[in-house]
Amino acid sequence: MFIILISLVYVWHLRLILLIWICTVVRTILYDIIMNPLDFVILMFLISIVAGVLGSLIGLGGGVVVVPVLTLIFHVDIRLAIGASIVSVIATSSGAAAAYVRERMTNLRTGMFLEIATTTGAITGAFLTTILPARFLFILFGVVLAYSGVAMYAKRHQDRLLAVSTDRIANRLNLHGSYYDEAEQREISYKVTGTKPGLALMYVAGMVSALLGIGSGALKVPAMDLAMHLPMKVSTATSNFMIGVTAAASAGVYFARGQIDPVIAAPVAAGVLGGATVGSLMLGKIESKAIRMIFVVVLMVIAFEMFQRGI
Amino acid sequence: MVGPDRQDKPGNQDEDAPQDEYARRQDEKVRKVETVISIVLRTGVVVSVIVIVVGLVLSFLHHPEYLSHFSYKSLADSHYRFPDTLSGLFRALSKGEGRGVIVLGLALLILTPVMRVAVSIFAFAYQEDPIMVAVTTFVLLVLVSSFFLGKAGS
Repeated sequence: MFIILISLVYVWHLRLILLIWICTVVRTILYDIIMNPLDFVILMFLISIVAGVLGSLIGLGGGVVVVPVLTLIFHVDIRLAIGASIVSVIATSSGAAAAYVRERMTNLRTGMFLEIATTTGAITGAFLTTILPARFLFILFGVVLAYSGVAMYAKRHQDRLLAVSTDRIANRLNLHGSYYDEAEQREISYKVTGTKPGLALMYVAGMVSALLGIGSGALKVPAMDLAMHLPMKVSTATSNFMIGVTAAASAGVYFARGQIDPVIAAPVAAGVLGGATVGSLMLGKIESKAIRMIFVVVLMVIAFEMFQRGI
Repeated sequence: MVGPDRQDKPGNQDEDAPQDEYARRQDEKVRKVETVISIVLRTGVVVSVIVIVVGLVLSFLHHPEYLSHFSYKSLADSHYRFPDTLSGLFRALSKGEGRGVIVLGLALLILTPVMRVAVSIFAFAYQEDPIMVAVTTFVLLVLVSSFFLGKAGS
């Protein structure tokens, strides 16, 4: 009893310290008072935990949260913010995939198969960077994302899972799978189709992420959900599994260009890894429909951002 | 058109038992592959996060001014110098600089997905799945060549 009381006081005390610290930080941000590196590291670590949870749940990686926070709140140079975002994507991917693969939430074979297209796409994109006008791409990509968002919203009432697949490649490589859904408390088996449009979309996803420096998950999840008929949770978990490889393909470039600042990337990596571990424990328990709705909202926000950067 | 899964319809009744045995063994192998890949990812993640945290602690120990009135902005803008080449990284590490240790941890984190792909090749070979071995080898080759392209492009 006494021990419980002591620990309660202790926890309460910690909370008080945290509250005071948050107040100081908010004041520093509001009045632009000098913030020291320790405050920056702790604050970025806490924000990155949230980024990791969200990123691992919807298969987009932590970049969606990390880049705007760094540029808008901390006024960090966009080049360094993108470097930190690449690190956060790899951290989300590896952190959550360890759990998703073990729980069979990730469709390992489909993921590996589609990586053929994402990695070659990423290399093509790296070559095209100087040729294509970025503004036009931002608008085009914004339209594609907005359309995918609407299409995924329209599908909200059912995951149209197939019982039989006539897709030759999917049958030959046995890409079909099943997973145990904790929310529905049953084993869900599904067949994969549309491998060719899937590959084409993945190629574009890899290319676009290299061209515009944004996470490729935004295109991967709709491609698997709409074209290949994977269940929603399998789509986000498999996208999550794949984005690490796509990001690693461009991380070398960012490192050599001096865009990966250790003081920014360290708290981001640590926080996102923690958050992704928490997120991976949550995915099974949340209903597919809820995951879909969160994804659609985030997708719309990204589409809007793309339009803004294009105009 | 190819019909449903081959496992779903064994061709002959008396071949049923060995078919089941084969499928069960394949399933066990798939399980093992998944476990191995999961372990590779987990190890990479845990090791890199430990190295990164050690590096952060070292930086704060070497620079007590970071804890007082000293703006983080000088460490988070494009004028701040940090290792961005392999030789620079080794130099920083030999001097025991915290940021060098952090960059080492980040490099380990970046290499984790690459390791995952490399290990998958052996895993699929163990599963006796030549097509997936070819697929994964191709992905690894593209990945490795992208690192060299990155060097040339910068």
